[in-house]
Order: sequence, then structure tokens, then C-alpha cells
Amino acid sequence: MNIIVCVKQVQDPETPASQFRVDEAAKKVIPPPGIPPTVNQYDANAIEAAVQLKEQHGGRITVISLGKDTARDAIKQALSMGCDAGLLIDDPAFEDADAYQTANVLAAAIKSVGDYDLILCGRQASDWDQAQVPQGLAELLGIPSVTPVAGIEVTGTTLRVKRLIEDGYEVLEVPMPALLAVSNEANQPRYPTLKGIMAAARAKVDVKSAADLGVNAVGRKVQLLRLYVPKVESQIEWITGETPEEQAANLARRLREERVI
Amino acid sequence: MASGVLVYADHREGSVLAGTKEALGAARRLADQIGGPVSAALIGNGVAGLAQELIQSGADTVYVADAPALDKYTNATYLPALDAIVSQADPAVVLFSKSLVTLDLAPRFAFRRGVGLANDVIDLKVENGQVIASRPVYGGSAMAEVLPEGTPQMFTIRGKTQEPLTPDPSRQGNVVPVSVTVSEGPVKVIDQQKERASGPKLQDATRIVSGGRGIGEAKENWRQLEELAEVLGGAVGASRAAVDAGWVPTHMQIGLTGTTVSPDLYIAVAISGAVQHMAGCSGAKTIVAINKDPEAAIFKQARFGVEGDWKKIIPALTKELKAMM
Ligand SMILES: Cc1cc2nc3c(=O)[nH]c(=O)nc-3n(C[C@H](O)[C@H](O)[C@H](O)COP(=O)(O)OP(=O)(O)OC[C@H]3O[C@@H](n4cnc5c(N)ncnc54)[C@H](O)[C@@H]3O)c2cc1C
Ligand SMILES: Nc1ncnc2c1ncn2[C@@H]1O[C@H](COP(=O)(O)O)[C@@H](O)[C@H]1O
Repeated sequence: MNIIVCVKQVQDPETPASQFRVDEAAKKVIPPPGIPPTVNQYDANAIEAAVQLKEQHGGRITVISLGKDTARDAIKQALSMGCDAGLLIDDPAFEDADAYQTANVLAAAIKSVGDYDLILCGRQASDWDQAQVPQGLAELLGIPSVTPVAGIEVTGTTLRVKRLIEDGYEVLEVPMPALLAVSNEANQPRYPTLKGIMAAARAKVDVKSAADLGVNAVGRKVQLLRLYVPKVESQIEWITGETPEEQAANLARRLREERVI
Repeated sequence: MASGVLVYADHREGSVLAGTKEALGAARRLADQIGGPVSAALIGNGVAGLAQELIQSGADTVYVADAPALDKYTNATYLPALDAIVSQADPAVVLFSKSLVTLDLAPRFAFRRGVGLANDVIDLKVENGQVIASRPVYGGSAMAEVLPEGTPQMFTIRGKTQEPLTPDPSRQGNVVPVSVTVSEGPVKVIDQQKERASGPKLQDATRIVSGGRGIGEAKENWRQLEELAEVLGGAVGASRAAVDAGWVPTHMQIGLTGTTVSPDLYIAVAISGAVQHMAGCSGAKTIVAINKDPEAAIFKQARFGVEGDWKKIIPALTKELKAMM
């Protein structure tokens, strides 16, 4: 099985509010000093799903990322978890790419890699929370797609996919090649082994520009007009008491006084 | 020329989702500014009966694609149906309400049309005849104002952010059947598993007690939250940490990638208040936070804060409220 995993490096989603800053004039987020970027969490789930499928059915996993030079670390992490090859598309013209531009570049990169049976993405990147690239990519490539995915099994040339629905999940039969956007319910990403980390350190990551892939900087489809940090005014009233029972009684009383209950 | 606003009518088991009615409310307000009709795209099998409800909620015209092959949602079968409706209605704007269906459908459709889409928006406004949306980014740490380009402009709206209209049974509208030839798509739905427990649904509950990582694995601990919720006549929700740990099912998750709720009362128990969690509950009228860490971010957004161990506070609170209500 040939699997492609699309991995994005993002600012750590647990960056504390006190350290989260934007440059309003440039409409950019300022990377918080001392907090390294990470692999998008859902992409770690996609990597894990790919490695599990490889363990069961054999095959080869290629990791693709569009990002800055630092995104090499994200690719190396995927390699250390068991992926086989990495391709970084590093091109300043795509630094602030929207979903449309990103999907276009990734589609070209995927075509350059060759035959594939399955493309795995995360369901959403935790920086711009677009939740569009996977479905867009599938549309550009003209293959079936499913999101959000909570489980994958392979029988022959068909996938059995667990898709989340509001009350539970449904099971879909999907022919390959297909694209699945993986959610955190699918698995618990493994920690890389020491052997994996050493192999990844030695592995070479291919680097290409968009021009190498024959993609020019196609226009954005979504214009960013303004970026700011919303103000949250704290209006907390602390409920005190000598004992937890007293705190509970005071809370109940205040809720009644304010007609909340 | 393209005009008006089309709403994708999302439905489950023969009912129009509340989010669709909210989107119709938003569509009405946008159409008042940009001109043109409000229409709805109703796709499914045996769903034509829902058209009246959509008209009562604000649609002037309901385009219906009704066919056996559209019985179960898959993007492969719904995309051509929606495409046919959008071609016929020729709207300037298409609105979806955020759900696990539209999350799958809307981006693929925007790419099929080659137009811009803004997902998970919480506010819409009109400037120079074009719609601009506000959407939280970085989990909610920042807010972006965006303009999707192309015609139609497309948006997915976060639940509970837009007012529905008051349903008006006397409203008149047109129902237009749209014939689409849909063959069975490549993707087949072969099974469906429901995991929902009894009790009020989270998105409808007016009072919610929500538990986080600090609640722990023990069933008895969650039982205590249920007991408090029962006294309040509400429902129990959870943070993703609790869902990821496998303590509670996914449908209980509140937040950016879970359910959006806006109850009168939201009691967050042992939840730290990460932006991605608050994305799902910051619309609550009154937030009560119970946490042993006074520095927890949840206290910045709560109206009432109780610093302490939930294990001691919750039983006492349940007892207190039982006596009171
Ligand atoms: C893209 C993305 C999407 C996400 N979507 C969601 C989402 O939809 N919903 C969601 O919830 N999260 C979501 N998250 C995860 C989110 O970032 C946080 O990791 C998560 O909300 C943390 O859950 P928590 O508050 O229960 O756990 P923690 O952050 O670990 O907090 C536990 C809290 O419990 C308190 N505590 C412990 N013991 C006690 C006790 N005995 N008494 C009182 N207090 C106690 C602690 O002080 C602490 O504040 C998402 C993350 C990403 C990156
Ligand atoms: N720059 C990128 N490089 C590689 N994969 C990406 C990139 N952007 C998005 N993706 C993939 O698309 C998913 C959803 O991203 P988004 O649509 O931006 O929320 C991510 O989880 C990745 O799998």
C-alpha cells in the first residue's frame, strides 16, 4: 500500500493566552519566543493511522509538508514514528497560503510522488482552523474523501471507514485511492523509538519549491482583512467560604439571587 | 446576475437542524442588505415535507432534490445535487451551518465551484455589497476578518451565533423540485451506530454541567456530575481531555471540534479553560468554574469562580440545590 500523509507544522496550540501576540499591521501571528512549533495534533493521528496500516498490510509512507524550513522537524517526527520518505515544499510565496493555495501545491506534490492508494490528512490544522485542505485536495485530485474519520480498516482494495456523526459514528465503504481526514478519536499517536529517532536523523528530506512542482502562486480565494486578539474582560466573582460546604451554599445563594436558577 | 442568499438545509431523521434555522435568520438579514431572495437547498430522500418548515423559518423558495439515491448522506451523491440547485438558484451567497455533514460537504463544494469559503464563522456583515465574516482562528486565541472571493461567496456558520427568526406559519413561499440524476456514489454507508444516552441533548439543554480531566476515570465521579445535572434539569458535557481518555463518549465533547452550546448556566468542573474548549461554551449566559487551581484560564471567563476540590464541592452543591429547587 502506498500512503501519503500531509503534515503541517503549527504553533503549539497550548501557547498560553499571555504569550499569544499578533502583529495587526502585518496581519500575522508572532511566534511566541521559547515555544517551539509542533506537528499539528490531528496530523499525528494521521501519521499513526498510516503506520498502523503499514504494519498490517505493508507498503510505503511518504510525508509531505508545505512550510518553512523548520517544518523539516515535523517531517522528521513522522519519519521517526515509522514513515519512509519526506518531502518539504518550502517556498516563501506560499508562506501565508490559504486553503486553496495549499491544496493546489499539495496536489502537485502528490502527483510528483507517483502512485498512491491512500492520502491521509488531519481533520483541521490548529493554526488557522480552516478545515478545508483535505476535502479541497480530494476534489482537485478527483478522488473520494471522508471527514472526520475515527477508524480505518483495509480489505483488498476497499477501505472500511468509521466516520463521526453527531450521535455516534457510521461505517462507510470507500474504494481506493481515497483521501481520509483523521480525527483524534482514531488512535493515540505513538512515541518514536530511539531507533526511529536515529533513523529519522539520518534520513534525507527532499526539498522542493512550488516552481519545481510546476505550480505558480495562484491567487488566494479568501482575503484576510484583519487579525486581532479579542479582549476578554474578566468579571469574576469569587465564591469564598470557610469550608467547601459553605462555598457550595454561597454559590447556590448567588445563583438564586442572580436568577440563574 | 447572482443575487440573494441560499441556505443548505441540514436535516437528520426527518427534522431540520436548529443550526439551519439560525442560518436562515442570518440569510434574511444579509438579503435585506444585499438584495435578492432567501432560498434553501433541501437534499435527501422523502424530505420534501420539510420545505414548509424552511419557509416558516425564512426561506422564500425551497429547492428540493429528492431521490432514493440521496437517502444517506455522502459527499459524492450530495455534491451534484447541491451543484444543480446552486446553478438554478444562482445565489450571491451560500450559507451552511456547521455540522459533521457540512464540515465534509462545504469545502469540497467550494473547491468544485472554485470559490472561497470561510468555515466556522461567528459574525457576518456587509460592506460594499460583499459579505465579510469574523472567524476565530488559533483555536480562538485570535479573530480574523475574512472575505471569501468568487460567486457565490460561501460561509459555514458556528451554531448558536445567529438568531433564528420566529417561525411564522402564515409565511408563503415556493417549492421548486430540482431533478438531478444521481447514481449511487463510490462511497457506501453500510452501518450506523448511535451512542447517545437518554436525557436532554447538549445543544438544547439550558443548564450544563461539564467535566474535564480532573474528574478522572471513575464512573462514580461522572455519576456525581449527572446527579447535579439532574437536579438542575440539564445535561452533562465534557472537555476533549475527558473524551480522549475514553471516560465519556465523543458526542459529549464541547468545544471547537465538539458541540457548541449556549445554555443559561454552564458549570465547568475541573476544566482548565483552553481556548478550544471555550470556543464551544463562551456563549453561555453564566459560567461557573470549579477548579482547584486559582490560575486556571477558565476563571478569566467565568462569572462565578469556586477555588477548591470538586470532590468536596459538587456533592455539597447538589445537596444545596436539591433543597432549593
Ligand atoms: C485543534 C484542536 C481542537 C480542540 N478541540 C477541543 C474541543 O472541542 N473541546 C475541548 O474541550 N478541547 C479541545 N481541544 C483540547 C484543548 O486544547 C485542551 O487540551 C482541553 O480542553 C483540556 O481539557 P481539560 O481542561 O479537561 O484538561 P486540563 O487542561 O488538563 O485541565 C484539567 C483541570 O482540572 C483541574 N483539576 C484537577 N483535579 C481537580 C480537582 N480535584 N478539583 C478541581 N479541579 C481539579 C486542574 O486544575 C486543571 O485546571 C482541542 C485542541 C486542539 C489543538
Ligand atoms: N501546509 C500544509 N502542509 C501539509 N499538509 C497540510 C498543510 N496545510 C494543511 N494540511 C493538511 O490538511 C489538514 C487540514 O488543514 P486545514 O484545512 O488547513 O485546517 C491538516 O491537518 C493537514 O493534514
